Amino acid sequence: MTDIKRVGILGAGKVGIVLAELALKAGYEVRISGSGEIAKIAMTIDTLVPGAIAATNEVVVQNSDIVLLAMPLSRFKNNLATLLDGKLVIDAMNYWWETDGIREEVLDSTTSSSEQVQAYFKGATVVKTFNHMGYHNLQEDARPAGDAKRKALLVAGDDSAAVATVANFVDTMGFDTLIASNLAAGIMAEPGADMFGASVGKAVLQQLVDDFPESTLGKQISAQK
Amino acid sequence: MTNVDDLQFGLETFGDILGDDNGGTLSGAASIRQIVKEGILADKLGIDVIGIGEHHRPDYSVSSPETVLAAIATATDKIKLATAVTVLSSDDPVRVYERFATLDALSNGRAQVMLGRGSFTESFPLFGYDLKNYDDLFEEKLDLYEQLRQEKPVTWSGNFRASLKDADVFPKTEHGLLDTYIGIGGSPESIIRTARYGYKVVLAIIGGQADRFAPYIKLYKQAAEKYNNPVLPITVHSHGFIADDENEAIEVAFKNIKANFDRIGQTRGWAPMSREQFDGETKTGSFYVGDPETVAKRIARTIKVLDLGRFDLVYGAGNQTAAQRERMIELYGSKVIPRVKEILAEEQA
Repeated sequence: MTDIKRVGILGAGKVGIVLAELALKAGYEVRISGSGEIAKIAMTIDTLVPGAIAATNEVVVQNSDIVLLAMPLSRFKNNLATLLDGKLVIDAMNYWWETDGIREEVLDSTTSSSEQVQAYFKGATVVKTFNHMGYHNLQEDARPAGDAKRKALLVAGDDSAAVATVANFVDTMGFDTLIASNLAAGIMAEPGADMFGASVGKAVLQQLVDDFPESTLGKQISAQK
Repeated sequence: MTNVDDLQFGLETFGDILGDDNGGTLSGAASIRQIVKEGILADKLGIDVIGIGEHHRPDYSVSSPETVLAAIATATDKIKLATAVTVLSSDDPVRVYERFATLDALSNGRAQVMLGRGSFTESFPLFGYDLKNYDDLFEEKLDLYEQLRQEKPVTWSGNFRASLKDADVFPKTEHGLLDTYIGIGGSPESIIRTARYGYKVVLAIIGGQADRFAPYIKLYKQAAEKYNNPVLPITVHSHGFIADDENEAIEVAFKNIKANFDRIGQTRGWAPMSREQFDGETKTGSFYVGDPETVAKRIARTIKVLDLGRFDLVYGAGNQTAAQRERMIELYGSKVIPRVKEILAEEQA
């Protein structure tokens, strides 16, 4: 399992900042970038997540053992497709109209959004997590391992070693994990799924996974196949 | 901390369609007339502000809030008249200035402009704007609005609107500057932008604990200092419901707030609100629900933790009846607000 000490976050909005806060609390070295110049986010980072280092995308990626994508989904293609080559990457992004515009113009409707992220960043290993829980739940609901009220996150990916590393990382950030053994299964955690918005314990999360084929979105997907 | 005597308390409504006593709904027109009645009631009770939202959907009655505020203006004396919010991104800053300057005239200087990017999509295609430009539209229109607000001829050009050359816009206000706020959902960029313009911040806290916004308020203060603008009092806006009986308040609020949030959440792909989520929001989160004592304690705590200058309670979510809404306003004005002041005064002493 890859040893993770340095966390990089691309995106300094609401989600990126909460993830930076959790990573700092967990003892990681954290770098974070926004769109545009460092000066644009410096005051935000210094005030909201003191201890995190504001940097450019390139510097963040080069100096991180794991990279978290928390930028608007519509903008991941604004980066070079080679930016994340060789990196372990967590995709925490979702379609959200305020930042992304019209869905059909941003996403291919035939696959999950994380599969599209993986297809673009071919040289990276993409694992989907952190996306189905609202950012204020991520911030308020992180708890130490063993806590009876601990919440769980779905971790979906194709590469089992990468998934194991990410699951361990999520655990250090304050959440239990439920593994889905392929990236396509991440559709269960996307907007429109019953899991989207859920901040629940592992047993309830497992139930949502089990019930997915019979859910509205699950039936839609099986009808398309 | 803000002196208790200087604290402001507001009510805000999005103009939800009114429920009738038989579980049905009344018309949009009847819902609009009810808001005017409520604005007059709030004024009599000494509530400081009434804010009305702008929506372009079947579940909300008000698409033209300044018109409703104008009706309230001519029947009231003291209450400030605000929008909550004016969707500037899909509006014309010239018309925004004109409408509010007119409202300001009718109300003897009581108009408050609350600008926002909007949290619904409908207004963009309706007025011919592309959602893709959500952010750029707001930035550009805010720039023009700020120039118009100086009440001097404006020469301006941008990407989304015809240029202006020495354009003088009327009526002028009697006090020379429209009182302007920006409604913010919590993005750091919006906080810094508001500080840069020297406008007042209204934080919409619609979920989770209010405490988590403390760092954002610190960010606003630092940004205001950086741009050499005054650090202005912060307003928080959150949903709530008050009834004489605690359990009645909780059941009415659960039914109506859940219906409202689930309908909106559905368009974003959120799963419906569970009872557990709702209870969490009313106990420690951002729904202010209960009898007057419970609600007063929770509002007082939020004001103290975030060092607020103003608290606006959002009322009427879902399809509440006129009787429920009016009783809520009476309790807010006659019991909750005095009790909040009392709690905070005791703590300051």
